[in-house]
Amino acid sequence: MSKIAGHPYIPNSVPEIKEQMLKEIGIDSVEDIFKEIPDHLRFKGQMNLPEPILSEYALRRHVEGILAKNKNCKDNISFLGGGTWQHYVPSVCDTIASRDEFLTAYVGDAYSDHGKFQALFESASMIGELVDMDVVNTPTYDWANAIAISCRMAARINGRKEILVPKSMSPGRLMVVNNYCKPEIRVIPVDYDVNTGLLNLADLRRKISSNTSAVYFENPSFLGVIETQVEEISKIAKENGALVIVGVDPSSLGVLEAPAKYGADIVCGELQPFGMHMQWGGGLSGFIATRDEKEFVAEYPSLLFGITTTTKEGEYGFGEVFYERTSYASREKGKDFIGTCTALYGIVAGVYLALMGPQGMQELGEGIMQRVQYAISKLSKIKGVKLAFDGYHFKEFVLNFDKTGKTVAEINAGLKALNIFGGKDLSKDFPELGQSALYCITEVHTQEDIDKLVEALETFC
Amino acid sequence: MKKKLGLIVNPVAGMGGRVGLKGSDGPEILMKAIELGAKPQSPKRAIQALQRLLDIKDQIDIITYPDDMGENEVRELGMSPVVIGSIVKGMTTPEDTQIAAMQMKEIGVDLILFAGGDGTARNIYNAIGDQVIVLGIPAGVKIHSAVYGQNPKSSGELAALFLQDKVKEVQEAEVMDIDEEAFRAGRVSAKLYGYLKVPYEKRYVQNLKSGGVAGEKATLEQIANYIIDNMDDEHYYIIGPGTTTRPIMEKLGLKNTLLGVDVVYRKKLVANDVNEQSLLKIIEGQKAKIIVTTIGGQGYIFGRGNQQLSPEVLTKVGKENIIIVSTRDKLNTNFGSPLLVDTGDEEINEWLSGYYRVIVGYEDSIMHRVSS
Amino acid sequence: MGIVKIRSDFQQARWNEPIIYEMSTPGVRGIIPPEPETAIKAIAGDVVGKLPEIIRRKTAPYLPEVSQKHVLAHWLRLSQETMGSNIGNDISEGTCTMKYNPRVNEALVAEPNFAELHPFQDEDTVQGILEIYYKFEQFIKEISGLDKVTFQPGGGNHAVYTAASVVRAYWEAKGELDKRTEVITTIFSHPCDAATPATAGFKIITIYPDEKGIPDIEALKAAVSERTAAIFMTNPEDIGIYNPKVDEFVKIVHDVGGLCFYDQANANAFLGVARAKEAGFDMCHFNVHKTFGAPHGCSGPATGAFCCTEELAKYLPVPTVEFDGNKYYLDYNRPESFGKVRDFYGVAGVVLKAYAWTMNLGAEGLRACADISVINNNYMEKKVLAIPGITSAFQGNGITRQEQIRYSFEKLHADTGVGTDDVNARIVDYGIPSYWTSHHPWVIPEPMTLEPCETYSKDDIDEYAAVLAQISKEAYENPEIVKTAPHRSSSHRRNDEASLDDPEKWAVTWRAYVKKHLSKKKEMDSVS
Repeated sequence: MSKIAGHPYIPNSVPEIKEQMLKEIGIDSVEDIFKEIPDHLRFKGQMNLPEPILSEYALRRHVEGILAKNKNCKDNISFLGGGTWQHYVPSVCDTIASRDEFLTAYVGDAYSDHGKFQALFESASMIGELVDMDVVNTPTYDWANAIAISCRMAARINGRKEILVPKSMSPGRLMVVNNYCKPEIRVIPVDYDVNTGLLNLADLRRKISSNTSAVYFENPSFLGVIETQVEEISKIAKENGALVIVGVDPSSLGVLEAPAKYGADIVCGELQPFGMHMQWGGGLSGFIATRDEKEFVAEYPSLLFGITTTTKEGEYGFGEVFYERTSYASREKGKDFIGTCTALYGIVAGVYLALMGPQGMQELGEGIMQRVQYAISKLSKIKGVKLAFDGYHFKEFVLNFDKTGKTVAEINAGLKALNIFGGKDLSKDFPELGQSALYCITEVHTQEDIDKLVEALETFC
Repeated sequence: MKKKLGLIVNPVAGMGGRVGLKGSDGPEILMKAIELGAKPQSPKRAIQALQRLLDIKDQIDIITYPDDMGENEVRELGMSPVVIGSIVKGMTTPEDTQIAAMQMKEIGVDLILFAGGDGTARNIYNAIGDQVIVLGIPAGVKIHSAVYGQNPKSSGELAALFLQDKVKEVQEAEVMDIDEEAFRAGRVSAKLYGYLKVPYEKRYVQNLKSGGVAGEKATLEQIANYIIDNMDDEHYYIIGPGTTTRPIMEKLGLKNTLLGVDVVYRKKLVANDVNEQSLLKIIEGQKAKIIVTTIGGQGYIFGRGNQQLSPEVLTKVGKENIIIVSTRDKLNTNFGSPLLVDTGDEEINEWLSGYYRVIVGYEDSIMHRVSS
Repeated sequence: MGIVKIRSDFQQARWNEPIIYEMSTPGVRGIIPPEPETAIKAIAGDVVGKLPEIIRRKTAPYLPEVSQKHVLAHWLRLSQETMGSNIGNDISEGTCTMKYNPRVNEALVAEPNFAELHPFQDEDTVQGILEIYYKFEQFIKEISGLDKVTFQPGGGNHAVYTAASVVRAYWEAKGELDKRTEVITTIFSHPCDAATPATAGFKIITIYPDEKGIPDIEALKAAVSERTAAIFMTNPEDIGIYNPKVDEFVKIVHDVGGLCFYDQANANAFLGVARAKEAGFDMCHFNVHKTFGAPHGCSGPATGAFCCTEELAKYLPVPTVEFDGNKYYLDYNRPESFGKVRDFYGVAGVVLKAYAWTMNLGAEGLRACADISVINNNYMEKKVLAIPGITSAFQGNGITRQEQIRYSFEKLHADTGVGTDDVNARIVDYGIPSYWTSHHPWVIPEPMTLEPCETYSKDDIDEYAAVLAQISKEAYENPEIVKTAPHRSSSHRRNDEASLDDPEKWAVTWRAYVKKHLSKKKEMDSVS
């Protein structure tokens, strides 16, 4: 215990304290406790780990040194999106996210963690308003997880075993959904129109049947297109007795219609835009919302925090709603499983929405769409560069570079040299789109940023 | 509105036990018990339970019978009961219990709390069936039935929770009593007489929660679905008594004998309420499986309430064809103890012992020890 | 060492904070988003107005309108009404390893060189974070003794689900999935060891303990067969008893061809002491956010490290992080991978914090965590079991407990009517976070599970035990005060638990509450 004695994180590592405690237990050494582990199960060697860096300063230097090998989206101009997006994170969000009370709490009941329950209840309340639903869960791991759970909920609700999803879906999210739906549920992709990026309704009609549990589509889609055929899709689904699941980037909901208004039975989506730093994709947090009907509520695997009364007149209390659904209460009999997900991000999302308010969300959405429109109008004028899908876009759009004779990889390499991260290369995942890239523009992009991109592409293409 | 609690104390319950008798039913046994120096057990236990109701005494009306059938116990704790009926002091009979229960039913009590044993439970069952919710304070010699709390205090506690609407769910619990025929033949064996409705105390979940929307019913359905989905065309299915096996018959759309044994083949009814002899005839030269559940509060799967499933039947069917079903809660009631068999044949008991997969849900089972 | 004092006049913040919607005034704003430049607006025009009617939002979302100061104040107050482990004496949350979460690690994740990384950036612009992933994987390999690790799962349960996915992929690849349908687990393993294989499509068989509290090996022998796909088990289980026959369990399952997964959520006391490898497991997992010092965040974001042998590595989710001797890279070229459990690469911030934490402690420090945790626990056991009304699961079985213990208030409840839910509400009145009772089923009646890991000082343990002793005394002398607790926390006791299970009454959003309760109340008020 040479180096570690008196380690700042381990108060009882001070030899005198340790000795005293051993004495009070009535044993000579910690081996008298570990004796319960048979000798042949004991690890005999010394773990081959680096020497500890004990000083906090040296540790910080060491880790920052490694991180310095990264290039970040603050010092560079990034046009990457596709599931993690660069939005401005209000300072108040950072302050709340770093409060030790929220940061380090866990599963305490409302009597010690009243604030946690209220915060998550409020987040659910605000998300519910965005999507126009009365029930919103505590956060899932991410949007992909939220879709997957929505599909399983749908299958349990109507007993059907097929889910139709758009072929334009994010490949990463689709992989998660495919795995999570195994083995009972078949996930069947529906074509998209290569000119518009919208769902191919003829293919939807071909594939839908009395086996279809739900039709899932995204708005905006992974390829950046705003799905406008929402009424038709809902109608086709409902005619076949299937549920409608809509996945949303909720940062669009200041200007785009709430999915429940156009037929969604279940809404899911991603909270990362609401105050979470991108963190190399670690900022994800999903949500699910439904109507307040028992047959829907009964199928949530997640915790649901409800508001109630206490013995003190007029005071709000909080507790777990319909807890028996969960695997915490019912082990393998619970609905799927629940565990530690992304509650802190859920809290931050609530702070973000309260800061933004209705006007902020409208301005955010409109501002993003204007920037995108500006960028599209300039970029599509560049020789060889083509906007892949006409129609409406929110914050993302696909540019096709086939006519430039260059690959996206080549173009992005050139951009990188100018401290610009070009759009996500789609050529592997969507070969039918040729040399195309998914570009993302948000409120963090200035006219100058966009003009720089335009200029650079004009040079390369 | 104040809740109404009916209280019945069988003052002679438990007197036989201390002096080595099997219960105290009937005046002769009782006289013998008194001769042997037996002291009443139930008043003390009733008081232990009632202490748990002191906190809510202003929220309830206690309706009870005179003297040592309840009145004395209530008054001893400083509460004022509404006393109904009349008895001959010191000479109470099973009929008094029955009449008391019936009168309380007519008054419309929310719960009857009774202190007694299996005989008392049976009397109450005979009087009111499942029309009033009841709860036993264990005070008798025989407590094979599953209608009691774990001990007098927890009976009182559960009654208090129920009367405050903090526990709302009820479940059907077995009323069992000694099988007189078997007893005369020199063997102690309990027979299943019926079911009483008792408050459902969820000991295994946070007791603050009361709802249980998914609860017991869904579990029973899952078990039934699993059994039915796995029924094959070769075997006769012998369905033992009880509320856990009942949904199997209901889901198959077949008439069920709650207290007896039914036989199903290719999902069609072969016979209802068979006895040992007709059962042996049906399975003669056929393959069969037995589906049983625990009967009573002590975890018996054979030999209590399902004596039709005799050693000979069990031998014919074979150990590997015994399917045990149970809810988790029922199984956990006797956590740490094995399930029990008492077929009356030591060799068969021994042979039946070992580990079984107890079906507790759809595709969900617990390895459980069975022993004699 | 300080003097043991309990906080007898503690008062948690109680702001009676309104719901944020009740603080709303039309026109008030919390923040203003950046406005596009004039040129952009001029060229773009009325983009929203041009949207088709059906998809255009007609009314602004009903969100609260609150000034920035008041938004900040509201959530600061809510934070004060929450007991984080960095503030509280959180021995309470047993099985959760509530250790200190160093502030320096929070500073590191706030660095733009981490916080502002996009997951689709070119590999050569993210060499730093790839290096952290790769190196931390080497640490975990050393700690587990297994061969390959993924950090993609977003928590412990998610890592166990990953194990279930690997088991499924393994049997699918062998063409035996239709035959290998059963997963065995034990009743005191975490519920996810049953729930996640069930979600992945397996039938579950649960093993109960023997009379000493160790999973019954005879039951396992009776359970295994050619249908056994795998066993998922914890050791020690959540009651704190080490299963000395764990390698025999593994062998019994291996002998029928099944795989063995070791749920190491309770690994803290075994760092450098005992590993998955020596017991023969094929897979294991760690809760990176707890064992390696990263915070729980009110229940996430988190990371589960899933580890497996070389034989199973091909089924891991994509991508894995590799090093070619020169540069770190993401490997998607893994044709037998079962796919993904989460978009991108997991919660990178937790991996970064855990890397820093491990670098700060080294092998010796990790071993000290194990040693001090079990010493703390045994010291605490003596104090707690001396308190009237408290016993422990399988008390007196002659087995020394490891890092945590499941206690029981069964006796206290029988003696006084005060149960664990009451104690758990009362403990908050003394400034201690509500404790972890037990996962269901509560086969250990009236449970409380405590884990005094290496973070907690002798004084913390003494204080905790003193508070339990005080509550026990209250239960025997004045049970009402315990039964009506909490008295000094942020809110009082719920008086209508049933409403939370009643579809007519429950409300998980403000709008649902308004519809179900406020509108009704208004109607009634107007009638009267």
